[in-house]
Amino acid sequence: MTKYYPLKELLRVRLLEFIREPETIFWVYGFPLLLAIGLGIAFRNGAEEQLFVDVQQHETAEGIAAALGRIPGLNVEIHPSSECQVRLRSGRVSLIVIPGHPCTFLFDPTRPESAQARQRVNDILQRAAGRVDPVATVDQFVTEPGARYIDFLIPGLIGLNLLGSGMWGVGYATVDMRVRKLLKRLAATPMRRINFLWSMIGARLVFMIPELVVILGAGSLLFGVPVRGSLISVFILALIGAVAFAGLGLLIASRAQRVETVSGLMNLIQLPMWLFSGIFFAPERFPAILQPLVQALPLTQLNYALRAVILEGADLVSQLGRIGFLALWCGFTIFFALRWFRWN
Amino acid sequence: MRSRSRSEAAIFCRDLHKQYRGRSGTVDAVNGLDLEVRRGECFGLLGPNGAGKTTTIEIFEGLLDPTTGSVEVLGMQWGQDDNPLRQRIGISLQETRFIERLTVRETLVLFRSFYKSGNDPDHVVAAVGLAEKSRSWVGKLSGGQRQRLAVACALVGNPDLLFLDEPTTGLDPQSRRQLWEIIRKLRNEGRTTVLTTHYMDEAERLCDRVAIVDRGKVIALGSPSELIATLGGEHVVEIALANRHRIPEAELADLPAVKEVGSDAGGIFLTVTEPHITIPALLDRLRSRNLDLARLTTRNASLEDVFVHLTGRRLRDDEILSA
Repeated sequence: MTKYYPLKELLRVRLLEFIREPETIFWVYGFPLLLAIGLGIAFRNGAEEQLFVDVQQHETAEGIAAALGRIPGLNVEIHPSSECQVRLRSGRVSLIVIPGHPCTFLFDPTRPESAQARQRVNDILQRAAGRVDPVATVDQFVTEPGARYIDFLIPGLIGLNLLGSGMWGVGYATVDMRVRKLLKRLAATPMRRINFLWSMIGARLVFMIPELVVILGAGSLLFGVPVRGSLISVFILALIGAVAFAGLGLLIASRAQRVETVSGLMNLIQLPMWLFSGIFFAPERFPAILQPLVQALPLTQLNYALRAVILEGADLVSQLGRIGFLALWCGFTIFFALRWFRWN
Repeated sequence: MRSRSRSEAAIFCRDLHKQYRGRSGTVDAVNGLDLEVRRGECFGLLGPNGAGKTTTIEIFEGLLDPTTGSVEVLGMQWGQDDNPLRQRIGISLQETRFIERLTVRETLVLFRSFYKSGNDPDHVVAAVGLAEKSRSWVGKLSGGQRQRLAVACALVGNPDLLFLDEPTTGLDPQSRRQLWEIIRKLRNEGRTTVLTTHYMDEAERLCDRVAIVDRGKVIALGSPSELIATLGGEHVVEIALANRHRIPEAELADLPAVKEVGSDAGGIFLTVTEPHITIPALLDRLRSRNLDLARLTTRNASLEDVFVHLTGRRLRDDEILSA
């Protein structure tokens, strides 16, 4: 007689359902890959950043434009005042040079490329007018793997993906089953209810492996991102992160009766982590008053630990504090998810 | 009421109440319901939408807690013997959308895995006539096939007691007949079946006994033929008069073999014991009043007539009496 193992069957069903849904596979594996490639290309080293500058019509405009236009990376055009204004407002140029005495720079200082354009244009004009820089300087570019933006980005993308697929793979899927009354139907069988929750978390751990391989592999093959710590350590960190976010997904899904509700909740929960947790830039860029919040987010700690292991070759022992913090998150979310979970 | 040994009954409930807190105060979905389902019978809960059938059956299934009242299922109680109870009952909910991208067989294997003992999924697939669809995705099944899958999921644990909540609602006539065949077979295997329906013909064909439920209470109980017999006549003569003329019901009540006269928007109906005696007398009466007939039909009395007799309303929402 065939022996049946409910946890195995529940897990198998989750895996089958997942691999039979091509669109999910794209969002889980294809999307982060495209994101990594796109950002990797955008921020690749050696590419000259293109700056666009307008010179307002004036008798000296031609000379200024000629001086600026010789510099690689600067794109200069001459236009009447009103047209320059429009082009600046619509973002087509970063800076307007208004010749005269004094020569005026018109720009929005909060736009980084405008500030950069102002700096470069000023230097060029000053030097053209005879300024001599008293200190000799030489630029040396960092192209060493491990210190570039793409190196910073890849561990962040791993964290981002673990967060997103934990929330969607567990939170959304659970509410969808509740809406379909499948949860109610399962609750009407002798199934041990804890097995259902383990199957949701277990399935996440299985899907996590190819996610990790895809992003780390793409980083390594396409951009030469190094993995300086052990792969086992990276794997263990990803595992803990996946459980923490699966728990969070389950907690959010524990009561929601509609998929719209859970989608909104998931975005609400993810938003601060997208912003503050150091996916695309370091969390230290936020003011000190926000740091307690920033540091308390699970993704912040996961990203720190992933970067330490991948980029600095740290071992897990040095990351125990962060691992412990994530383990607390796992325990807390799963405990309350179990407590509040509704089958009906 | 308790003379019959409780453990003999498949389900025994007394003074069942279920209140919901709605926007406009509390709603009594079940309001003092007494019921006893015998082992081995096919028992029907018949009533209009909103009568409390689903709430009642979900209390029996252990999915809802009653506000007050006692329920015993297979001699056990919810809250004390949940796992042994779940091992022995099979359930088809009013609506379950199973996982679309699983096959019929995979779905049944999943459900089978929850039970200590049960039926081979392949046998169950065949028993509900889905053998050809065994490897099809659930998402590709028709409404009738999905409903048969739901019944199959209820059967895979080899239950002693089967709950089917509106098993044929929304299905085409052919799919309904297929399900009726399956349910009849189950009854012949000696399983106890409790089903809810708002189709009187379904209850008449399938059920050994029927409880007519209205507003959370059992208002009549018995075999379909017993219930119909309470009308006093087994036939119904329905007439409509030409030119929208009307005749007071009282003027027809004294016709021979007439047991009861009622009317609704569609016309007047007479419950009669012997239509061949009533009809000639009825035609004479109308002629003497100078009234012309637009329509005259006769049919056997049904559970629908029992419901109308008891409540003055029809079973289906879409056929509300104008009274």
